[in-house]
Amino acid sequence: MSNDDKPFLSVRDLKVHFPTDDGLVKSVNGLSFDLERGKTLGIVGESGSGKSVTSLSIMGLHRTGTKRGAPQISGEIWLDGEELVAAGPNRVRQLRGQKMAMIFQDPLTAMHPYYTVGAQIIEGYRAHHPGASKKEARTRAIEMLDRVGIPQPDKRVDSYPHEFSGGMRQRAMIAMALVNDPSLLIADEPTTALDVTVQAQILDLIRDLQKEFGSAVIIITHDLGVVAEIADDILVMYGGKPVERGPAETIFDSPEHPYTWGLLGSMPRLDRELQDRLIPVKGTPPSLINVPSGCAFHPRCPYAELTGGRSTSEVPVLAEAAPRHHAACHLPIAERHRIFTEEIAPRL
Amino acid sequence: MLVYLFRRLINVVLMLLVVAAVTFGIFFMVPKLTGTDPALLYVGKIADHAAVEGIRHKMGLDKSIVEQFWLFLKGVFVGRDFNAGVDVTHCYAPCLGYSFKTEQEVFPLLLSRVGVDISLAVGASVLWLLLGTATGIVSALRRGTALDRISMTVALAGVSLPMYFTGLVALAVFVHQLGWFPNTYTEFADDPVSWFQGLVLPWITLAFLFAATYARLSRATLLDVLGEDYIRTARAKGLKEPVVIGKHAMRSTLTPILTVFGMDLGGLLGGAVLTEKTFNLRGLGYEAVQSISSSDLPVIMGVTMFAAFFIIMASLVVDLLYAVVDPKVKLA
Repeated sequence: MSNDDKPFLSVRDLKVHFPTDDGLVKSVNGLSFDLERGKTLGIVGESGSGKSVTSLSIMGLHRTGTKRGAPQISGEIWLDGEELVAAGPNRVRQLRGQKMAMIFQDPLTAMHPYYTVGAQIIEGYRAHHPGASKKEARTRAIEMLDRVGIPQPDKRVDSYPHEFSGGMRQRAMIAMALVNDPSLLIADEPTTALDVTVQAQILDLIRDLQKEFGSAVIIITHDLGVVAEIADDILVMYGGKPVERGPAETIFDSPEHPYTWGLLGSMPRLDRELQDRLIPVKGTPPSLINVPSGCAFHPRCPYAELTGGRSTSEVPVLAEAAPRHHAACHLPIAERHRIFTEEIAPRL
Repeated sequence: MLVYLFRRLINVVLMLLVVAAVTFGIFFMVPKLTGTDPALLYVGKIADHAAVEGIRHKMGLDKSIVEQFWLFLKGVFVGRDFNAGVDVTHCYAPCLGYSFKTEQEVFPLLLSRVGVDISLAVGASVLWLLLGTATGIVSALRRGTALDRISMTVALAGVSLPMYFTGLVALAVFVHQLGWFPNTYTEFADDPVSWFQGLVLPWITLAFLFAATYARLSRATLLDVLGEDYIRTARAKGLKEPVVIGKHAMRSTLTPILTVFGMDLGGLLGGAVLTEKTFNLRGLGYEAVQSISSSDLPVIMGVTMFAAFFIIMASLVVDLLYAVVDPKVKLA
């Protein structure tokens, strides 16, 4: 198969299981998705749904081999025609920071406190450009800081992370991630630790840079507001599995899965009466060791009884609900549409 | 920076003054309260009344405590005269008085002792710093393996076993049974080879004790650091593992160890009582024990001042170094 036939990033039946003393934690349990260059995928879900574990697997940042805490990873991750799960750690390391890069949730702890921002960017550049002189790398670092909107980049390049504000630090992290023009950028909760006013700026920046560099972007978040602003496609995860996948507008306009309804209902609305502003998803996230039988969401699903018992006995698979729009739910499509139009939509 | 240094040095002097005042208070008030007479301690048991009064006047013990403290401080900074009317003894600065027992000047006496502690502390600290941190780092990187368990068990033993146990075992085996090392201390200037031979065993025994602490500390610190987000960032940049560990993780691991090391070294320079006693080394610690058991107040006070000086200076050096290694620390 030639590279042209495959999507730029293709994840196939990814499983990431962590052996622990209490049992096998199935953090990701059968995940597949594709992503093209120039597109943004939003992976949404609550804590423990497997979204961060997925991104760390793509980056090859889990411990490997027999090390303590190393997960069992199976499935395939194809990046630009190259399979990563079975690839050697050294090969994946070479791709890291060069072809794929990542920015993290808390830019304060994600930067080394003892090195200047510039030194940390320069280091990332020279790791993949061994021939570059220190001066060239420094020029490149200043250029990147300028590109992400750091004022006086030629001075700030010598500042330490603690001398930057939260938003500036995340900008610097983005500069660090993009210094080698990666084709894939993974942003794991990139705005969660930031002030609301700064959040939109960072999202704008990511969107602008994506247009400029034509890279593929994965945004991982629990906040549907973030993906609404930036994502082309949305993947909703629950209990280590995808429950709904589709173009962003479709997910917002006609969501199919009761969990997605819950997520949409959990977004605060100021234009409603106080008691109607939030419709929380009741219950707690599922155990990843003893995953509920059948549909993992059934203990929290208000409509589980309408499936005639299938939701407790049978694991639902992603099925097409509309073109390019898939959901893993036992409810008949007509029933889902009825519930959404009659009960959910009026409250959103 | 210079302003900071100046302020800190003034601080050092002030702290030493406080230490001096407190020890002076304790050691010269206690005899008054318990009814022992310092003058009597100078002249010995079989002195007549006139001799006692003479020495009391000469040493200034008939003056008020404040006046005595003032004279003591004056002695430290400019020297002082002990005047008995007929004979005048000049004690050059820094004068810490005379030993009750030997009537030696305290400062030169302690100065001659401190060489032992410097030899002991410097040699042992190099050993424990290298051995301890290396063991801790390897243990952390091989966490959970047999190597890690064995090192940590040995380290636990090192932390738990007292000096006088390991020291005596080492003496019994290596000096008395095998005869590998002499049990005497030779000044470096007299014979460097004998100096080295005499110190090998104390160095190793003392280093074992401290290395155990450092191994545990560096292991725990490195494990913490390896869990930090910025280590994940370093890996995400595609840096090679030796760079991630050797540069990013080490920088954060060794910085806190520096603090502990400075304070430990400072403390040791002020006398290592158990080690000196075990290995028959005559340093400040030995002098401290001797002076306490014979109520030799000026010597006790001198040893205290020496120890305080080393510890205060060590903390100053540590603070200055910290500003160099940690950019978040600003000296102001």
